[in-house]
Amino acid sequence: MPDSRPGTRFPGYDVLSKRQGPSWNDKTREVIARRLSTGSEPQFFAADEFLTVVAAANRIVPQPPTRSAIPVAALVDRKLHLAQSDGYRPPGTPRDGDAWRLGLKALDAETRAAFDAPFHILLEADQDVLLQRMQKGELRNPAWTEMTSDVFFRMRLARDIVLAYYAHPTAWSEIGWGGPASPRGYVRMGYDERDPWEAAEVRDGDIESARRKNNRVR
Amino acid sequence: MSDDPFAAPRAAHGRAPDVFRPGGWIPMRQHRQDEPVDFVIVGTGAGGGTLACRLAEHGFSVVAMDAGPYFRPLEDFASDESEQTKLYWTDDRIVDGANPLQMGGNNSGKAVGGSTVHFAMVSLRFRPAWFKSRSLLGYGADWPLDWREMWHYYSEVEDALKIAGPVSYPWGPRRPRYPYRAHELNAAARALADGCEALGIKWTETPIATLSAPRGLAHPCVYRGFCTSGCATNAKQSALVTWIPRAIAAGAEIRDLAMVGRIETDNSAVATGVHYYRDGQWRFQRARNVVVAGYAIETPRLLLNSATGRFPDGLANGSGLVGKNLMVQSNQAVWGTMEREVRSYKGPPSLAITEHWNYEDKGKDFFGGYCYMSQGPLPQLWANTLMSARGLWGARLIEEMEKYNHVVGLKIVGEMLPQETNRVTLADETDQYGLRIPRITYAWCDNDRRLIDHSLAFMTQALEAVDATDLWRQNDDTCHLNGAARMGDDPFTSVVNADCRSWDVRNLWICDGSVFPTVGGVNPSLTIQAIACRTADRIKTMAGRGEL
Repeated sequence: MPDSRPGTRFPGYDVLSKRQGPSWNDKTREVIARRLSTGSEPQFFAADEFLTVVAAANRIVPQPPTRSAIPVAALVDRKLHLAQSDGYRPPGTPRDGDAWRLGLKALDAETRAAFDAPFHILLEADQDVLLQRMQKGELRNPAWTEMTSDVFFRMRLARDIVLAYYAHPTAWSEIGWGGPASPRGYVRMGYDERDPWEAAEVRDGDIESARRKNNRVR
Repeated sequence: MSDDPFAAPRAAHGRAPDVFRPGGWIPMRQHRQDEPVDFVIVGTGAGGGTLACRLAEHGFSVVAMDAGPYFRPLEDFASDESEQTKLYWTDDRIVDGANPLQMGGNNSGKAVGGSTVHFAMVSLRFRPAWFKSRSLLGYGADWPLDWREMWHYYSEVEDALKIAGPVSYPWGPRRPRYPYRAHELNAAARALADGCEALGIKWTETPIATLSAPRGLAHPCVYRGFCTSGCATNAKQSALVTWIPRAIAAGAEIRDLAMVGRIETDNSAVATGVHYYRDGQWRFQRARNVVVAGYAIETPRLLLNSATGRFPDGLANGSGLVGKNLMVQSNQAVWGTMEREVRSYKGPPSLAITEHWNYEDKGKDFFGGYCYMSQGPLPQLWANTLMSARGLWGARLIEEMEKYNHVVGLKIVGEMLPQETNRVTLADETDQYGLRIPRITYAWCDNDRRLIDHSLAFMTQALEAVDATDLWRQNDDTCHLNGAARMGDDPFTSVVNADCRSWDVRNLWICDGSVFPTVGGVNPSLTIQAIACRTADRIKTMAGRGEL
């Protein structure tokens, strides 16, 4: 069985090693380069809002300290700054950017009522309890107005954070996904069949064998 | 000129983008606004794109408008889920009811070619009895169409798209062999096949609109797996690369980035043209006939937004049924993990299918049917599914995502019954064009729930039979849009007749999934295109008799 620690199933695999190869077309290179150069300063969120988003992202998609972190909150911020929207919402829930502002304000009201402190300085365990209660729709401070906390969790906070994390090549490498694949695509389609430009998973504890294969991915 | 397809219309100055050549152009005939064209068509997807092609080939003058941009896939499409959300209709919409719908990428496109630019390409025929489901099967409503005539048009569309499929299809009346050979199975499809064989039911390679051999300037599918994010190699036979180049070659004009906001009618209940927003201002195109082909949300929305003193409840709405009987399809899944690597991201997502429960009526406690298919979710979609449907986040989500290459799943396309309470109305809020936005109300009925329960129990057995473990059920997903302007034989119980012609406004037509009286248990795109081909032929016949 593979090592159960995060990021150790596919040792040495880096989807970016294919960046200049036939699996990436020019448009993909352009799009991913822009994503990788996302600045760390928020353009949509105010400074205090951004601290909350950073803290929430750390709980929704916790990252190992052994590699450089994916700037999840900044990616969410950029999407909202560009007004990229899902385009559908329940009555009482505002459009995406306004829903974020309302939800963060309500979360702050909940946190100050329960802990007399902002969300981002709480213990992780306390942050998790608040997020769990939000997911279940149990947060009902008047600051939520007509938007329910479970809708905010599922359709905005957790959704946008999860989508931002799995839009990043580091996350793609972590799960052993082939990543961008145009024009080359794939050839070997059956069970346990791996193209040489796909991630190799550790088998029978042989980390070095997987690492050798992954180092040859281009 | 900017090469950003969102910045300014590309189809202008006597030319349109050549979808087969980066930076390329093809000549395009253009029409004056102040002289009526024979047909102005609103929407260029499976309905409007197909109809524009066939009407132009029949010699009519045609202008087809789309609110979205005109892409050249080879240069405009990235292999990236986030970037490709640019294909989706993400204008503001309200969803409510007991089972609110997910919109956007799930079912709505905003591009020349419509939703076919990001559809999963599954191209299935209706079971013949579904065209008379009320009379023959006891539920829903009868269609005013005969299945034998539809069989002819299905063949026409399958040939136009060079559908890749099996030599002989296991269910229903005889059909010709598919034009192109079936694609090979990926491991996810093999798991479906193995499950069916273990349970003693038939399966087949999914008939699918992506090339399995070269066609003109388009190459065969390379199995890159980004089908629902748009095909960057043109293997996918979307309306954008099939019907629309043919339409332009036959003299049709396409107008991209053209949002139609209102259909104009005169005092004698005749449509005179459409008001549309393009290049920074509202404009008016005169037309002898108007065709609405905006799919089952935007079509009723436009009809309702075109209300006048004479038609205060919206155009074509004498029956009161515009917007009602909206139908999606149930899209529930069972997921599991296999010891072997599946890597379901390789190849089109649905390479194998069983229509067993579309054709077998014994052992059902519900009306209607469903098929189920193998699946290949890309990482963002899969992670969001684990979060929203299974409730995972934090370390549990990260751990589960690391099993991505071992995930296997089966997902239905299931028939939901028409209900008048499932409907599209207008909200008070307005969008970026100043038009009232749609409110989409949806609730499942008991029959819908029984069908879903049956399918989940059956697919669980099918995955257990291939030794998948950690099975879990995704209970709440839906797909596709149909209904909301149904066809029929009676002006009091339908919006259009069998020829997609409005009962109330004789030169107004509706040609998209909106006209479906029932939705069946298969993906709707092939049927939408077949109806469009039939409608074009009927219009030609009627024109010849002076009946337009």
